[in-house]
Amino acid sequence: MAASAPYVVRMLIASPLRPYTGADEVALHGATLGGLLDDLDARFPGTRFRIVDEQGRIRKHMRFFLNGEPIFDLAQPVKPTDEVAMVQALSGG
Amino acid sequence: MAAKGSKVRKTAKTAPKKAAKKTPKAHPRPRKQLVLVATRKGAWLYHGDTARKTWRADGPHFLGHIIHHLVLDPRDGKTLLAAASTGHLGPTIFRSTDFGKTWKEAARPPAFKNVPEGQKARSVHHTFWLTPAHGNEPDVWYAGTSPQGLFRSEDGGVSWNEISGLNDNAQYRAWMGGEQEGTPDGPNMHSIIVDPRDPAHLYFGMSSGGVHESRDGGAHWAPLVDGMEVVEGFNAKNLTFHDPHCVRMCPSNPDRLYQQNHCGIYRLDRPGTTWKRIGKAMPKKIGDVGFGIVVHPRDDSRAWVLPMDGQTVWPRTSVEGKPAIYDTRDGGKSWTRRDKGLPGDQAWWTVKRQAFAGDNSNPVGLYFGTTSGELWSSASEGQSWSLIARNLPEIYAVETATLG
Repeated sequence: MAASAPYVVRMLIASPLRPYTGADEVALHGATLGGLLDDLDARFPGTRFRIVDEQGRIRKHMRFFLNGEPIFDLAQPVKPTDEVAMVQALSGG
Repeated sequence: MAAKGSKVRKTAKTAPKKAAKKTPKAHPRPRKQLVLVATRKGAWLYHGDTARKTWRADGPHFLGHIIHHLVLDPRDGKTLLAAASTGHLGPTIFRSTDFGKTWKEAARPPAFKNVPEGQKARSVHHTFWLTPAHGNEPDVWYAGTSPQGLFRSEDGGVSWNEISGLNDNAQYRAWMGGEQEGTPDGPNMHSIIVDPRDPAHLYFGMSSGGVHESRDGGAHWAPLVDGMEVVEGFNAKNLTFHDPHCVRMCPSNPDRLYQQNHCGIYRLDRPGTTWKRIGKAMPKKIGDVGFGIVVHPRDDSRAWVLPMDGQTVWPRTSVEGKPAIYDTRDGGKSWTRRDKGLPGDQAWWTVKRQAFAGDNSNPVGLYFGTTSGELWSSASEGQSWSLIARNLPEIYAVETATLG
């Protein structure tokens, strides 16, 4: 847990990442979306790079929703009462 | 992501050493054959008997994952690396030392360096090609990516670093073009070849971007495209227009390279630097377009190609719907059609550049996988063919290994 990321926020985990987490929901520490993903990676190594590329961009087919509203910025603030949902974008046939 | 019981072996860096030339020999006693199949939806291992007639399927591994390449390390005979991604998640490398019973993910998969805001940034879409390094460099591997980049691991594939001499070279970046400028499936770094006589002598191919060579382990590179043709109307002096599909070095003569290009079949005899278009000896109605090429493990005059239709809109399917392998026994002066056992009509196959492979046995076994999910083999050096499996997902790559 980073010292600057004191909050505990509930994050719903997209199914492709459940082999890492073993659960569909994880409580994470962080004050921003990026902070939550840092905590996710610290607990489940390798997860962040599969969600965010090496240039800090959320990958094309991954989406985040904050209390049901789409968010696109890793700097998006979050607070303890929030629920963040990570989903894989639906595509293909 | 690791399965229980998996282990990752760590070893110290090994300095490149010059190595004496060794002529590969056929295995003196019967050994079991392994065929490694990478597909758009997972990976399979096919275990053959010593006669290579019956096969046992082991898979799927990573069902639903896109496996771009699956390679067994010939230096230890047990380490498998799989280049993986999914439709949603970013790329990674998985490693197994027990033939896929357990897998462990790379701690640091291939990734380009983060650049300051405002500069052109690249991110790895997938690792396309894996090559074990020289026998004197255990645990060293090379990886080629899309968009094009070259990476090196010195710990058996656990962590990967950029080869800066290429990835940061402004001229090469220009030849590589942007992420949208490559071939339809993305710009690929492929055919990473290590000279068995010298670990620092490397080759690779870029689609698009040409064939290139380094003699100092990747610090410096030089193009090797003389004699290679490009699509009519384009300037062959611009390396961006060169599209080598697959380059192979002859194990019995590392000074001889064969190449299947978007524009023909070629051979290069070093120290020469000019490719000779040996595909001109192919039948005109077949042409010399294709993706993969296989070289004989012990005879540098022999190679096999699998022609694809290269007319007008480039269907890149079996010519006239009649699949065939063509082999040469004289370095490309002449070619013989081999289609016994293959469908005689209405088989519109595409076989990708990594999906055509040979083994080290005597007689040589040949294997290819189609985009329609069929895996074919020949235990008679291409003279007759039989099906190992059908109804697999789209096959991306086929590799072989000999066990026992």
